[in-house]
Amino acid sequence: MDFTLTEEQRAIRETARDFAEREFRPQAARWDEERIFPVDALRQAAALGFAGIYVREDVGGSGLGRFDAALIFEELAAGCVSTAAYLSIHNMAAWMIDRFGNEAQRRRFLPKLASMAHFASYCLTEPGAGSDAASLKSRAVRHGDQYVIDGAKAFISGGGASDIYVCMLRTGGEGPKGISCILVEKGTPGLSFGKPEKKLGWNSQPTSMVLFENCRVPVTNRLGEEGDGFKIAMMGLDGGRINIAACSLGGGRASLEASQRYLGERTQFGKKLAEFQALQFRLADMATELEAARLMVWRAAAGLDAGDPEATLHCAMAKRFATDAGFAVCNEALQLHGGYGYLKDFPVERHLRDVRVHQILEGTNEIMRVIIARRLLAQTDRRS
Amino acid sequence: MKILVPVKRVVDYNVKVRVKTDGTGVETAGVKMSMNPFDEIAVEEAVRLKEKGIATEIVAVSLGVAQCAETIRTALAMGADRGILVETDAELQPLAVAKLLAAIAKTEQPGLIILGKQAIDDDMSATGQMLAALLGWPQGTFASKVAIEGETITVTREVDGGLETVALALPAVVTTDLRLNEPRYASLPNIMKARKKPIVTMSPAELGVDPAPRLTVVSVAEPPKRKAGAKVASVAELVAKLRNEAKVI
Ligand SMILES: Cc1cc2nc3c(=O)[nH]c(=O)nc-3n(C[C@H](O)[C@H](O)[C@H](O)COP(=O)(O)OP(=O)(O)OC[C@H]3O[C@@H](n4cnc5c(N)ncnc54)[C@H](O)[C@@H]3O)c2cc1C
Ligand SMILES: Cc1cc2nc3c(=O)[nH]c(=O)nc-3n(C[C@H](O)[C@H](O)[C@H](O)COP(=O)(O)OP(=O)(O)OC[C@H]3O[C@@H](n4cnc5c(N)ncnc54)[C@H](O)[C@@H]3O)c2cc1C
Repeated sequence: MDFTLTEEQRAIRETARDFAEREFRPQAARWDEERIFPVDALRQAAALGFAGIYVREDVGGSGLGRFDAALIFEELAAGCVSTAAYLSIHNMAAWMIDRFGNEAQRRRFLPKLASMAHFASYCLTEPGAGSDAASLKSRAVRHGDQYVIDGAKAFISGGGASDIYVCMLRTGGEGPKGISCILVEKGTPGLSFGKPEKKLGWNSQPTSMVLFENCRVPVTNRLGEEGDGFKIAMMGLDGGRINIAACSLGGGRASLEASQRYLGERTQFGKKLAEFQALQFRLADMATELEAARLMVWRAAAGLDAGDPEATLHCAMAKRFATDAGFAVCNEALQLHGGYGYLKDFPVERHLRDVRVHQILEGTNEIMRVIIARRLLAQTDRRS
Repeated sequence: MKILVPVKRVVDYNVKVRVKTDGTGVETAGVKMSMNPFDEIAVEEAVRLKEKGIATEIVAVSLGVAQCAETIRTALAMGADRGILVETDAELQPLAVAKLLAAIAKTEQPGLIILGKQAIDDDMSATGQMLAALLGWPQGTFASKVAIEGETITVTREVDGGLETVALALPAVVTTDLRLNEPRYASLPNIMKARKKPIVTMSPAELGVDPAPRLTVVSVAEPPKRKAGAKVASVAELVAKLRNEAKVI
C-alpha cells in the first residue's frame, strides 16, 4: 500500500488548487449571495480538462481516472463547494455518455460537454421517487423511431441552465428493469422547467423541476439498451458519490484552514484563541476526521479505477463518512469562529450551507447505510 | 528559433518563509516548492512566441537538486518541448548559474534566452545580466512587453519613472517583469503529455563549470517584527510625530 501521490497527481492537484484559489474562491461569496451560475469560470475550468476528467481523449476528455477526479474535486471545492459540486454532476453525466453511448452519441454530445459549450444534468429523482428511485414514474413511450416522454423530474441540478438532460425514464414495467436512460436536449418541444428552487446552499447553480409533456426525442437518444437505465444511473452514482464526498473534503478543509488562521488572530482573555488547549484539541480532531475521510475517499476511488467488485460498497462507505465528516468539520469551524462564524463576512457559514446537502443527495446517508448493510447481510448469508 | 528558458525551484510564494534556527539560511525542509513566478512568466512568453510561429522549440533548464526535475515538468506541462536538468546538491549562486547556462547556450545555440528578472527566494536579480555579459549578448531586463521581428527583439522595460524601449539584435537575453503576461494553468491533458517529454540530466563538471560559491553568507536573520502602530488624534499631532519622533520631515 502506497499513499504517496505520483508526480503527475501532485501536478494535477496543484493545478486544481491554484485554479480554485484564483478563479473560484474570490468570487464564491458573490456567486452564493447573488445566485450566479458562473458560466465563464466553469468554461475556464473546462479548458483545463475539468469537465471531462474521466472521459476519453478522442472526444476532448482528459482520459484520467476516479482517483485523479477525487484530488481535483477536493481542491475545486476548497475554492467553491457549490460550483465544484455542479462540475462533478456534469462530469458524471458526461461519463455516462462516454461509457454507455455508441460512437455516434459520443461524437455528437461529448466534445461540447468537455468544453462546456454545453452543460449537462442528471435526472433521476421525481417528486414521488427520491430514495426509492426505482419507483420513478416518468414515462417514455415508443412510437416508431421516437420516444414520447411525459412526467416530471424534481431537484435537478443545472435544471433550466443545462443543455443536455440525462434522464432515467420508464419504458417498460415496474421496478428497476423497466427503466431506460434517454438524453433530452434543451429546446426539445414539450420540455420545460420549474422555477429555480430557493435553497439553503448550492446557490451558484440552479436546481429546478424538469417537466415533460408530449416531449418527443429520437430513439437514437437512448444510452444502452431498453431496461439498462437504472443500472447506468447507479454506475454513474458510484463515481458521483466519490466526487461529492471529495467536495465535502474540500469544504471541510477550507473551513479547517480558516479556523487555523482565525485562532491565531483572535485574542480573548488576554490570549490568542490558539493558546487554549480546549480549542487546539478541536482543531486536531477536525484535521484527523478529515484525513480519515480522505483515506476512505481515495481508497474507494482507487477501487473504482481498478474495477474492484466491492467498489460500490466502498463508494457508499466513503460517501457516508466523508459527507458527515465534512459537515461536522464545517460546523466545528463555525463554532470556533464564535459569532463571526455566523456572519457572511467569513466563508465558514457558506461552506456549512453548501456541504449540508451532500448528506442528502446522490443517495441519502441513510440509503448509504442500506447499501452497506445489504452487502454485509448478503455476505453473512453465504457463509452460513 | 529555439528559446532557452531557465526555471528555478523556489519556496512557494504562498509559504510563510522561516529562517533556520542556526541562521544559515531559509528553512526548506518540508516546505512547498514551486517554480519561481517570474520564470513562469518567462515560460508563458516563450510558449506564446511558439504559438505565434516565431519560436520552433522551447527548452526548459533547471539547475540544482534532483527535485528540480519537477519544476522542469511544470514548464513542459505549460508547453515547453524538452528539459535539461543540471543536477547538483551544491549551493548555486547567480554567477555559477550564469556560467552553467552560458555553457548550455554554447551547445544549444538558442536565438533567445528568457528568464525571470529575479527569483523570489534571494531576490538577487543578477543571473540574466551576468549571463548576457558572459555570452557577450545584448540584454533587455525587466521586460513588460516583447516583440520579435526578423533578427531584432524589441523589449519594453520597466524602469524607475516609466518605460524604456530597447531594440536588441538576436541572440539576446531577456528578463521578465510581472506585467509581461499572465501565465496559463497547465491543463490536465498537457500535464499528462509532459510526462512523455524528454529531460536530459547533466552535471556541472560535464559542462566544465566549477559552481563553487564566490560569496560567503555570514548570517540570515528574520526582519524585525513590526511594532503595533499608534493612533493620532489630529493632523498637527501626526506632523509633530513625523518631525520629532520619526524625523522624516
Ligand atoms: C440541492 C439538491 C440538488 C439535487 N440534485 C439532483 C440531481 O441533479 N438529480 C437528481 O436526480 N436528484 C437530485 N437531487 C435529489 C436528491 O437525490 C434527493 O433529494 C435524495 O435522493 C432524497 O430523496 P427525497 O428528497 O425524495 O427524500 P426521501 O426519499 O423522501 O427521504 C426522506 C428521508 O427518509 C429517509 N429514508 C428514505 N427511505 C429510507 C429507507 N428505506 N430507510 C431509511 N431511511 C430512509 C431518507 O434518508 C431521508 O432522510 C437533489 C437534491 C437537492 C436537495
Ligand atoms: C446573530 C447574533 C446575535 C447576537 N446578539 C447579541 C446581542 O444582542 N447582544 C450581545 O451583547 N451580543 C450578541 N451577540 C454576540 C455573542 O454573544 C457573541 O458572539 C458570543 O458571546 C461569542 O463571542 P465572540 O463572537 O466574540 O467569540 P469569541 O469569544 O472570540 O470565541 C470564539 C471561539 O473561542 C471559544 N473560546 C473563547 N474563549 C475560550 C476559552 N477561554 N476557552 C475555550 N474556548 C474559548 C468560544 O467558545 C468560541 O468557540 C450576537 C451574536 C450573533 C452571531
